[in-house]
Amino acid sequence: MHTISNKTGEGGVVMAALEDLLNWAERSSLWPITFGLACCAIEMMGAYASHYDLDRLGVIPRNSPRQADVMIVSGTVTFKMADSIRRLYDQMPEPRYVISMGSCANCGGPYWQHGYHVVKGVDRIIPVDVYVPGCPPRPEALIGGILKLQEKIKAKLTHSQLQQEKSRA
Amino acid sequence: MEFIDVVNLLQEKLGPDVNIEIDAHASPKAIVVPAPYIAQVCQLLYEGPDMYFDYLACITALDNGPEVGTLEVIYNLYSIPYNFQLMIKVAVVRNKLGEPLPSIPTVSHLWQAANWHEREAYDLLGIHFTGHPDLRRILLPADWEGHPLRTDYIQQEHYHGIQID
Repeated sequence: MHTISNKTGEGGVVMAALEDLLNWAERSSLWPITFGLACCAIEMMGAYASHYDLDRLGVIPRNSPRQADVMIVSGTVTFKMADSIRRLYDQMPEPRYVISMGSCANCGGPYWQHGYHVVKGVDRIIPVDVYVPGCPPRPEALIGGILKLQEKIKAKLTHSQLQQEKSRA
Repeated sequence: MEFIDVVNLLQEKLGPDVNIEIDAHASPKAIVVPAPYIAQVCQLLYEGPDMYFDYLACITALDNGPEVGTLEVIYNLYSIPYNFQLMIKVAVVRNKLGEPLPSIPTVSHLWQAANWHEREAYDLLGIHFTGHPDLRRILLPADWEGHPLRTDYIQQEHYHGIQID
């Protein structure tokens, strides 16, 4: 049989706790919902494309919230959009994570003072795990945010995991 | 074609009932038209083969504040065959809180572009365009309260349970 272990000669068994294995699988295949709001989305698209290639981190955009693990809020959240964002988040299965990308999604950004139409931070409508600063952040910064989220999932400190922990206790 | 030619031609066509004023400080130079006659004036500018303002570049509006007590609607027209730009200004009396919005005739039947521009002026400054086929808010959600670009706009505290400020 031509399996990989035959080819390399390194046969063997990996031992792991099921929970750790699931955690590893989860953080290694973070599938974001395809969803962009403003200029940050252009940088996000740049990060998906061949130059930065988010695919190598297992990040593949999905076009349904039902299949997504993470929501990258890339851009200005207006009140008109807020209802839809909350609805998309509610449609995502647990565990779900949120990356807030750019100043607008973090805190309202340049619309902080006179932006009557802008939600002053997406954390007013959904819980955020990682904030990526910048206006807009470069693809490297977004990739940094995704790596940070992976660390947070490994340490079991995301909102989703903490909530799950709480409901178990 | 010169600015003064347009004004004279227009005044001649309108007759002595409507008085066209001039604002020479504006750029391009503007004519000031009484609000009820704006559709009539625009029709003459649009149809006349000697002027032919076939392109409406923009309709915008501004609030002069409660002290002055007026809102202004500004039309930027362009005549492609004559390569000539013209600005029209119209002032309407500002409504107080609780009173109906000031209204002005629509020009959306002349230029299709006016449709969305008038909706924007309605949405953000609260000017009612009579005869408009579909005067809804264009940018803000349909259940938004108030018109945000008014100088005395008071922001609502919550929208659908989300704190605004």
